[in-house]
Amino acid sequence: MSAVLSFGNVSVGFATPNGAPSAPAVNGVSLEVTRGEIFGIIGESGSGKSTLANAVMGLLPGSAAVTGSIRVNGRAVLGLGDDDLRGMRGNEVAMIFQDASASLDPTWPVGDQIAETLRAHREISRRDAQARAIALMTEVGIADAASRYSDVPHRFSGGMRQRVVIAAALANDPQLLIADEPTSALDVTIQAQVLQLIDALRRRHGTTVLLITHDVGVVSQLCDRVGVMYGGKLLEVGATRNLLARPTHPYTRALLAANPADARRGTRLPVVPAEWSVESLREAELLRDSPSLAGAANE
Amino acid sequence: MSSELNGSIASTRGRLPRRSSSRFMIIGGAMLLALALIAALAPFIAPYDPETVDARRVMNAPDFLHPFGSDVLGRDVLSRILYGLRVSLAVSVSAVAASLSLAVPLGLLSGYFGRWVDTTISRSLDMILVFPAMLLAVTFIAILGPGSVVTAIAIAVIYLPILARVMRTSTLIVSRNDYVAGARARGASHLRVLASHVAPNALGPVIVQASVLSAFALQLEAGLSFLGLGTQPPTPSLGGMLADGREVLVQAPWVEIFPGLAIVVAVLAFTFLGEGLRQAFDPRGVAE
Amino acid sequence: MSDLLQVDNLSKTFATGRGLPWNRRRVAAVDNVSLSVQRGRTLGLVGESGSGKSTLGRCILGLAKPDRGQISFDGVEVQALSGRALADFRRRVQPVFQDPYGSLDPRWPVGRSVRESLDCFRIGTPAERDRRVLDLFARVGLNPALADRLPTHLSGGQRQRVGIAAALASSPELIIADEPVSALDMSVQAQILNLFLDLQQDLGLALIFITHDLGVVKHVSDNVAVMFRGSIVETGDTERIMSHPRHLYTRTLLAAVPRPR
Repeated sequence: MSAVLSFGNVSVGFATPNGAPSAPAVNGVSLEVTRGEIFGIIGESGSGKSTLANAVMGLLPGSAAVTGSIRVNGRAVLGLGDDDLRGMRGNEVAMIFQDASASLDPTWPVGDQIAETLRAHREISRRDAQARAIALMTEVGIADAASRYSDVPHRFSGGMRQRVVIAAALANDPQLLIADEPTSALDVTIQAQVLQLIDALRRRHGTTVLLITHDVGVVSQLCDRVGVMYGGKLLEVGATRNLLARPTHPYTRALLAANPADARRGTRLPVVPAEWSVESLREAELLRDSPSLAGAANE
Repeated sequence: MSSELNGSIASTRGRLPRRSSSRFMIIGGAMLLALALIAALAPFIAPYDPETVDARRVMNAPDFLHPFGSDVLGRDVLSRILYGLRVSLAVSVSAVAASLSLAVPLGLLSGYFGRWVDTTISRSLDMILVFPAMLLAVTFIAILGPGSVVTAIAIAVIYLPILARVMRTSTLIVSRNDYVAGARARGASHLRVLASHVAPNALGPVIVQASVLSAFALQLEAGLSFLGLGTQPPTPSLGGMLADGREVLVQAPWVEIFPGLAIVVAVLAFTFLGEGLRQAFDPRGVAE
Repeated sequence: MSDLLQVDNLSKTFATGRGLPWNRRRVAAVDNVSLSVQRGRTLGLVGESGSGKSTLGRCILGLAKPDRGQISFDGVEVQALSGRALADFRRRVQPVFQDPYGSLDPRWPVGRSVRESLDCFRIGTPAERDRRVLDLFARVGLNPALADRLPTHLSGGQRQRVGIAAALASSPELIIADEPVSALDMSVQAQILNLFLDLQQDLGLALIFITHDLGVVKHVSDNVAVMFRGSIVETGDTERIMSHPRHLYTRTLLAAVPRPR
């Protein structure tokens, strides 16, 4: 069994201020990501896809209650103490986010930040770490890496910063890379480059990738298999080409049909039915938090 | 991307209780209300006239008739504290209020219009910032003479650039929002936009700052009175009482301690209120 | 049929932080741009960040002053307008913004935001204005009972509908929408795009649709103008540009859209 990451009936709930039970953010999700594949999770707001990803590295806020099992390389992750989690983050499992600027210290040279990740997890001299950081920067496509080593993040463009973050993530050759909307904040031409980079790197290093996104196009270009989430539930899973061509779940069908890129110009796009709409999730959340709003029915 | 894409983590943000902020505000507000009432009703609740000298009761220790004792001239300390609070609160609150009434419009204009308007106003106000507070106050007093009114004016001037700067910053942030541009596109004049959109959304931080500065204003007034430059005798003032009490600290410590405590309580009240306000406004309320 | 909007050789520069105050280096956000929009038609303005498309939109709305060039609306030059004539222009050209959070005053019930242009332009009596707000809510597909809610109590899609209702209040002839669906989930985006199509059909609105998303622009626009670093590099009929792009940048843009391998 070469499942690098497995979720076993995982549910995540958050405590609410008024004590009322809240709908779980993740509701009974089970899936396995096999070694070497890129697995995409696609979903809209409130689907729980980011919550699921954050649960793997123990990045959820204290008010979160997680049940079920999450295993990385067969090892249970949920009960781990802080030290063990720290040892895992950046080492066996690495994560990159939508906003590269939030992951980088604005006052440190980027090269040092990559080197720091190296030295946090292995015995390596400062000079060796520096050399390896330069090599990583070159590998992710930063030209003139040696002289750009000492530049601070804001001297890089958005796409370049994301490359730096990828370099730091891959520094210790992780077996699993979790990418949460890694290109959503980037221009489409830069996005194309970064996606290509992620694909090339994972082929070269054999890294398994869990890619969280809302963009069907990204999934279709990059992912071997894809899972569709709505309202905390995993609705269906399958090989990308099959699932996108012949979706079985009504939500998936509606979501794919809503893509304007594939529709005929000037025609009305099909509407996702109310029971699968993002708005009804949001309205339920609002009514739970402010019961006084009841009386204004949903549109 | 919509912040809702961040999933439940973002949505719990709106639900976390702000209990500690309301606790601060209630305690601070209650304390201030009590102090204000006491100060306002001082003439009615003070047991004795604060300025009546009584040679027989010089430096008497606190007893049943005089709960806080008497000072070097036999005056009742409790009564003097009540009247002194009046002066301290009146000076600090009126000074900050006066300062706000100028700082808010100046900050609004600076932040909203920018460019030469901003440069002119900011540089002019910066000139005030150059001087240390005490020095500026003393200079005012040297020119205009000592007294409560001059002290209030000096404090108002000292805090004007600080409050204006805070207002300017939050105005800058609020003005960047699309609803401001939208209002202009929908026919609103600059004045209308400032009054109905910018000011209400930008006032939060400056209110917080004003309540914090009130605490400092109180100390400033006390300090100036301590030096003999603020409220002039025989009008009771907390700072003046501190100065008088210093000389007899060993023989009659109550003459120094009780006025000092009164200052501490008043400063705490303003600080609690300011802290509660700060927590209530931060982080989702104002800064977008 | 004359053009509703005509932009000629428009340029707008911004001062950067560099250089001495009286001699600052300027960067051209919009560089010698010309375009036109016909009545009842949609122009898609496509570009990535830094292309100047948003700045161009603001110049046309009169929210930013161009350094050079001319903007004519219904034959009248816009920059020279003031007073009543300017108010008239504003009434007829309205914006829809991107950010569902920052586009509505967080302290105003949304009904009041929709009513704002009616109040400022003094259209109708207060009672008539309130009725019109409810009509507008219905037209954009919102439950009128939501009019008393604050923006934070609506979803992103609902807020955007409010923004559209607010733009429609003064019965404009041209709407300039700056990334109106970019912050929305795909399913919600579809609904809002449908709304734009319906409104255009029912009201004969002209529309400038500013976006970075090629799929969206392909779906709603009759004509497309592609912007790069402040200039329009290519313009023409949507079908033609999407299938036979001529400019290198347009081709790069189209090639970058993620597609199945």
